[in-house]
Amino acid sequence: MQDADKTPSSSLPEQKTRFWHDPAKRALVFQILLVLVVLGFVGMIVQNTLNNLESRGITTGFDFLSQQAGFGITQTLIEYTESSSYGRTFVVGLLNTILVSALGVIVATILGFLIGVARLSNNWLVAKVASAYVEIFRNIPLLLQIFFWYFAVLQALPSPRKSIEIWDTFYLNVRGFYMPQPLPQEGFDLVWIALLIAVVASYVLIRWNKKRQDATGQRFPAYWVSLGMILGLPLLAFLASGSPLVWEQPVLKGFNFRGGMAILPELAALWVALSIYTAAFIAEIVRSGIEAVSKGQTEAASALGLSNGKVLRLVVIPQAVRVIIPPLTSQYLNLIKNSSLATAIGYPDLVSVFAGTTLNQTGQAIEVIFMTMLVYLTLSLLVSAFMNWFNSKMALVER
Amino acid sequence: MSNTRQLDDTIMVEMRGVNKWYGQFHVLKDVNLEVRKGERIVICGPSGSGKSTTIRCINRLEEHQKGDIVVADTVLNNDLKNIETIRREVGMVFQHFNLFPHLTVLENCALAPIWVRKTPRAEAEEIAMKYLRRVRIEEQALKYPGQLSGGQQQRVAIARSLCMNPQVMLFDEPTSALDPEMIKEVLDVMIELAEEGMTMLCVTHEMGFAKTVADRVIFMDKGQIIEENVPDAFFNNPQSERTQAFLSQILNH
Amino acid sequence: MSDLSKVRHEMLPDLPPPENTTGPIGWMRRHLFSSVTNTVLTLFTLYILYILLVPTIDWAFLKADWFGETRDACTSGGACWVFVTTRFSQFLYGFYPEDLTWRIDLAFILLAVQLAWLMIPKLPYKGIVSVLVLFVYPIVAFYLLYGGSFGLDVVETHKWGGLSLTLVLAVIGIVAALPFGVLLALGRRSEMPIVKSFCVVYIELWRGVPLITVLFMASVMLPLFVPAEVTFDKLLRALIGIVMFQSAYMAEVVRGGLQAIPKGQYEAAQALGLNYWKMMGLVVLPQALKLMIPGIVNTFIALFKDTSLVLIIGLFDLLAIVQAGLTDPKWLGYSVEGYAFVAFMFWIFCFGMSKYSQHLERHFHTGHGSR
Repeated sequence: MQDADKTPSSSLPEQKTRFWHDPAKRALVFQILLVLVVLGFVGMIVQNTLNNLESRGITTGFDFLSQQAGFGITQTLIEYTESSSYGRTFVVGLLNTILVSALGVIVATILGFLIGVARLSNNWLVAKVASAYVEIFRNIPLLLQIFFWYFAVLQALPSPRKSIEIWDTFYLNVRGFYMPQPLPQEGFDLVWIALLIAVVASYVLIRWNKKRQDATGQRFPAYWVSLGMILGLPLLAFLASGSPLVWEQPVLKGFNFRGGMAILPELAALWVALSIYTAAFIAEIVRSGIEAVSKGQTEAASALGLSNGKVLRLVVIPQAVRVIIPPLTSQYLNLIKNSSLATAIGYPDLVSVFAGTTLNQTGQAIEVIFMTMLVYLTLSLLVSAFMNWFNSKMALVER
Repeated sequence: MSNTRQLDDTIMVEMRGVNKWYGQFHVLKDVNLEVRKGERIVICGPSGSGKSTTIRCINRLEEHQKGDIVVADTVLNNDLKNIETIRREVGMVFQHFNLFPHLTVLENCALAPIWVRKTPRAEAEEIAMKYLRRVRIEEQALKYPGQLSGGQQQRVAIARSLCMNPQVMLFDEPTSALDPEMIKEVLDVMIELAEEGMTMLCVTHEMGFAKTVADRVIFMDKGQIIEENVPDAFFNNPQSERTQAFLSQILNH
Repeated sequence: MSDLSKVRHEMLPDLPPPENTTGPIGWMRRHLFSSVTNTVLTLFTLYILYILLVPTIDWAFLKADWFGETRDACTSGGACWVFVTTRFSQFLYGFYPEDLTWRIDLAFILLAVQLAWLMIPKLPYKGIVSVLVLFVYPIVAFYLLYGGSFGLDVVETHKWGGLSLTLVLAVIGIVAALPFGVLLALGRRSEMPIVKSFCVVYIELWRGVPLITVLFMASVMLPLFVPAEVTFDKLLRALIGIVMFQSAYMAEVVRGGLQAIPKGQYEAAQALGLNYWKMMGLVVLPQALKLMIPGIVNTFIALFKDTSLVLIIGLFDLLAIVQAGLTDPKWLGYSVEGYAFVAFMFWIFCFGMSKYSQHLERHFHTGHGSR
């Protein structure tokens, strides 16, 4: 205060701001200091790590990826043997992660939407049951749920010799769920062609229906017709070409089943637990998304004479989707990240076979963890890029 | 004044002994109302008096528990077909506009003609433009509701209702959410509509509007109709003490 | 007077609604049987509930055995809670010496009292209690749990376990992550480009990877990062991983809280002549922290559930210790009872906290709407 009284600083142009009082310079110094500290810290870590690696005799670099892995994996989507390389292990694990994530996303979405809508039902009982579902499953750790399905339910199933049989075709036992595998025979290509035709025809039909509505105001249930075509045409082609498909039955040989397709109990437990757990969160997202569309919107649409179905389709859903999609994608991301819990029950996902077995065998912790994290980071970045794109495209225009 | 003009004898809206409860709370008590074709009715009353509920019962945004409602010769009951028929013939304008924010102004207006009346799109857009021109907002047709002022949005909402070519228009406090300088542009549109012979039921506190255009003013309190009369008599010589108290409050404000 | 004039001088009485719309029957008609679809749905749901609940209740309560020494005590054919009751103290305290468990009890009672003090709105001296919780209590709790001074024997961390370890991990994880979270959030909102990008990279990096890889990293890579002489306790390694991970999530909660503070508050503080740190510390953060509490509670719930992951790197939290108990040859085949117990414990904590945070959210919501 005193200073200000004596020297009104604005009238003294030549007075220099003291270096430390200039915000820009202060920021610069601060940032340089930060960079130095971080660099020093990183340098220290690198130095320590190099020393440690040397003293423990661990090699560095990514050469190990071409070395022979020497261990088997219970579920491989691509060809893999014990003599395959660690690099191939990485791919196998990644594909298994993608498989369980994709399966989980599909079921969790369907279940989550059903439960979210059920929570808003005007049927009191249905709404209460749905909200009980949400409160129960989102408040119990996912790992516990995975253990429950794996150890308490699936491991309690009978041995292969005493399998639970369903119609003499499906077998459920402690080793997994066995079912016949379809083996397409010669001529099955026709079915694929029919499916392709049906998809293209549906697309054309839906476009045509929209144009027709624009022109005449009339429309017909094109979506149902399309669904019929997509299911019906391949079926017709299948029957017409003399059912060119053979089912390979799983057969009990010795202690286990051979042939057919099997879902491993690890995959089943992980799939069920991920779906149930994530569905609880998706249900909440769907509920709040629909609730975010104000009651006035529904009222205004109804007052115009739109039927309940059209109110939903034309007014509520387009608005709710904008609210739902961003948190929904982050739930998908969570599901993918949570699928790494696979390692706890031995499902051969990326973390399990790569950050687990491969790391233990090679000891190259840095490279392995780095690659594993990079996979998840890439996925996250892709998803957030999608979200940004979506938000900018779908944002409601405001003043 | 148009108060003495001759009205058609056709009855557009008829409410007989309508009662409604929210849980145990009796919100509408024995409401009887006949609206003839071309008639303009203003409903006023203190908040919570049931005036909005009354007009919201007419197009089944609220369900009444006792009594009969007949709109344009269709009986309002639980039959979805009847409800949809009535809603097609009754337009409604809300206090908060309720325009669809994800659609442009033009799309807002053309939506119902396309999906309810099954009008070809080009024709529906023509209708939409016609009514947007009538509410003097056609230059905003390709904007989104969020880009418009409150008064503009409310005019679009009126145009949107008119696109369905309704026989009756319901106005639920159409100017209450507007800034003072925007009230006039909306009222002007409503007055024009009245002069063209639209059957209108307006819940509003705009007493000036009531005096100019209403054929009848209805005062509601505690869920019942207390007094109804032609505007002159209603404002100059209210009979009930409640009406007098309400008018003195609202006019001296 | 014209024929349009009607006046009512007598007010109509309030009447009760028609019989069939109120009372239990009216309620059921509206909420359960309002249409054919609804009736079908109601009956179907009732049937499902019947199938699920009746055998569960029968198993868990009516036919259950509660007390005994060995599995031979389980004779009724239902749940064998003996598995849980005989090992109850192990599930709570892990391998902590039995005669010293009072130290754990005391530590948690102290914490509970302080938290209750903070949560009950009417009690005074909230500021002093917050300082106690954040700065004094951690020291007290450390000596109580670990010992090594004040005449308390050292209890090595590998003996810690059970519910108490779960709570230790979650509480330390959240309390230590808070200051880092605040700094990161301030950094992310900073105008200095280098600071800002550091914070963004840090936050997005940790939020992009699963906790399990972070725990792997902490347990495998951390020892490589430090000079060979330094050794890290397994628990400490897990904690470092959790705190690094959690502070990224905390930063996002803090950022949300900061964004909710109106610009006018910053401007008013600057107009009063406060510098950046005074403005943040005296004006912005105190308001923002209050708004953040629901978010902090929600991250705490997530972390509390996630602590179960430490079993993968070999720590014995509640889930791990029950899992270990299940492999005891004397108790094979009681996994459902074991998991049900763990689920119940986790559920009680998480559900209680989520209700509390919802309550706060509503409270703040109304509180701000009226301003």
